[in-house]
Amino acid sequence: MRWAVPEAEFMDPGTLGCQGCGGTLSMRLVLKELGDDAIAVLPACCWSIIDGPWPVHALNIPVFHTAFETAAVVATGIKAAKQIKGKDTTVVAWAGDGGTFDIGLQALSGAAERNEDIVFICYDNEAYMNTGIQRSSATPLGTWTTTTPDERPEPRPKKDIMGIMAAHRIPYAATATVAYPDDLSRKVRTALAAKGGMRFLHLLSACPPGWKMAADDAIEAMRRAVQTNVFPLYEVRDGREYKITHWPEAEVDVADYFSLQGRFAPLLADDALLNLVRNNVRERWWFLVERHQQSLRKASSPDGAHLH
Amino acid sequence: MSERLLLTGNHAAAYGAMLARAEVISAYPITPQTMIVELLSELTASGRLAAKFITVESEHSAMAACVGASAAGARAYTATSGQGLALMHEMLHWAVGARLPIVLTNVSRAMAPGWSIWSDQTDIISQRDVGWMMLFAESVQEAQDFIIWMYRVAEQVFLPGMVAMDAFILSHTAEPIIVHDQDAVDAYLPGFEPLYDLDPTQPRAYGGLVNRDHYFELRYKIFESMERAGRLLIEAGDEFAEILGRRYSPVEGYMLDDAEIVIVSAGAMTSNVRQADKDLRDRGMKAGLMRLVAFRPFPVAEVRRLLAGRRKVAVLDRNMSPGHSGVFAQEIRSALAGQSGAPPVYGYVVGLGGRDVRVETVTEVVDDLMARDVPELALFVDVKGLPIGPVRPDSTINRLGPLEVAR
Repeated sequence: MRWAVPEAEFMDPGTLGCQGCGGTLSMRLVLKELGDDAIAVLPACCWSIIDGPWPVHALNIPVFHTAFETAAVVATGIKAAKQIKGKDTTVVAWAGDGGTFDIGLQALSGAAERNEDIVFICYDNEAYMNTGIQRSSATPLGTWTTTTPDERPEPRPKKDIMGIMAAHRIPYAATATVAYPDDLSRKVRTALAAKGGMRFLHLLSACPPGWKMAADDAIEAMRRAVQTNVFPLYEVRDGREYKITHWPEAEVDVADYFSLQGRFAPLLADDALLNLVRNNVRERWWFLVERHQQSLRKASSPDGAHLH
Repeated sequence: MSERLLLTGNHAAAYGAMLARAEVISAYPITPQTMIVELLSELTASGRLAAKFITVESEHSAMAACVGASAAGARAYTATSGQGLALMHEMLHWAVGARLPIVLTNVSRAMAPGWSIWSDQTDIISQRDVGWMMLFAESVQEAQDFIIWMYRVAEQVFLPGMVAMDAFILSHTAEPIIVHDQDAVDAYLPGFEPLYDLDPTQPRAYGGLVNRDHYFELRYKIFESMERAGRLLIEAGDEFAEILGRRYSPVEGYMLDDAEIVIVSAGAMTSNVRQADKDLRDRGMKAGLMRLVAFRPFPVAEVRRLLAGRRKVAVLDRNMSPGHSGVFAQEIRSALAGQSGAPPVYGYVVGLGGRDVRVETVTEVVDDLMARDVPELALFVDVKGLPIGPVRPDSTINRLGPLEVAR
């Protein structure tokens, strides 16, 4: 696939991100697609630090820092003000998994239900990494964190945030990861083109310290998450039309993904649990494949127009 | 043209926000405030008010949306009450730290449990230290006008402000008021000119990390701006008289010139204190009223000036801070401490949860005041089965009230 990274740079070097931080790499690429007429809202998350302490500011767009649970609604307020002033500025809420799946879910649901004209981007590193690796509802089954120690690893599967967002029937929702940069960039552009309503991007974002792995394995880890179908790349339009955007060439066992990261030690040590996870991943993949095929059938049927 | 309309306090507040040309309104329903945002919703839907109306999913989000809108340069307004104001608490701090001149109306009601929608100042008093200016309306007219007065000051000092009105006593009571001429209000309150408005050509970061070398100074500046707000409230109150025909000030005196006994009050119950003062004067007592219009910034100088040399001061608090006293009484004592001619201050806790504070309640307070020689921090008025007095360690209140009635 031929694809050119936009040359414009909206993130200065020297951020406070950790080496191999998926959230930092994702921000850089996303900003290139967002362009210069954009505002970012940052709730409490790693990016509250990464952007730098006053007077340092790594991004070349305005950033409004806000309270943990308010990213979606502060973005809504900013958008309303810009609209009343006759401006078409893109307003992006950029939140971690805590600020999306957990404490931010109420305001996010409100903004999604009202179909606010904002872009909400979750960079998901699957735990509260900024406070030092505590579990969130995005933490996968069987994972170690400081609040789900080896003796009692995460007992529940990851919350299906994409399902929740799809259930709000928003115009556009997609998963992506910076390990597949062309797919991520295209989805940012698609989200921008779908303006007028709520857009949601769910970015799996490696955290080398929190995932207990080497920094230079970050891209490889995110790539394997996709190859093993642990984190499928897909998009959902209007909460109904599903489209898988990347089809793995061959089935790669989930252990290939887990073994790269120390946080999955409890999972890898428990065959029954690993099998359960393996089945969950397969089941979820086939669910998406079915939805994908169903959407294709509807689109090609004479009644397809009614989908919209 | 100004017009004379019969409006409830809630509808007057909505008119106040409309006359102030609020540009973004974000609100969540809560009794007894709901009529404010219902009317604003109608006014925006009909185009009479050119504003964005955001129907958020909580009061926390109502304030957060106002924070975003104000940061992006819009005049933002919301209204709430009781539990809703409490839920906003975190974002009330955010509005102050981000220096956003948001204005909200709080229809003051009691805090649950037990559920109570009736008048009580505890909700707003609980937000005392967040750094919002606070005005207490006594009438429906003021419920409208104070919004305009508050924006005028807030946008000069870049601090937010709230206007309190009593649940039902003002919010649901219709009074004839003057709805000001829009051009006159525009002359008094020009459009909001923010210093910063999240302009993408000026890519700054707002509200991020500050280390120990800077945070303290940011807070110092907030305190400094609040001091300036004290002076500006007086100036803007005088300008209000010049342009809109009604003079407002942070403190108001009534029958104070020769008063030996002064009753301190805020909010709607003040009207009954006025009547009580007349009745007491008829009985030959030199009684007067000092009404606190502004609670933040606290009008320390005016309070000292107006209370110096009085024989006794009774403070009526429709709120209490358990373990100490009513909060207005604390603040009055604190302002007077160490001043020459400082009178003794007697704290009276009245009317919690909407229990009526009648004219007779006030005269009973004054009778109690005259009978005492030593100031008390918190004297409870109208507790069932108990005379006016401090809380008794061996209180028999548990054996009084509904249980006894049920037998």
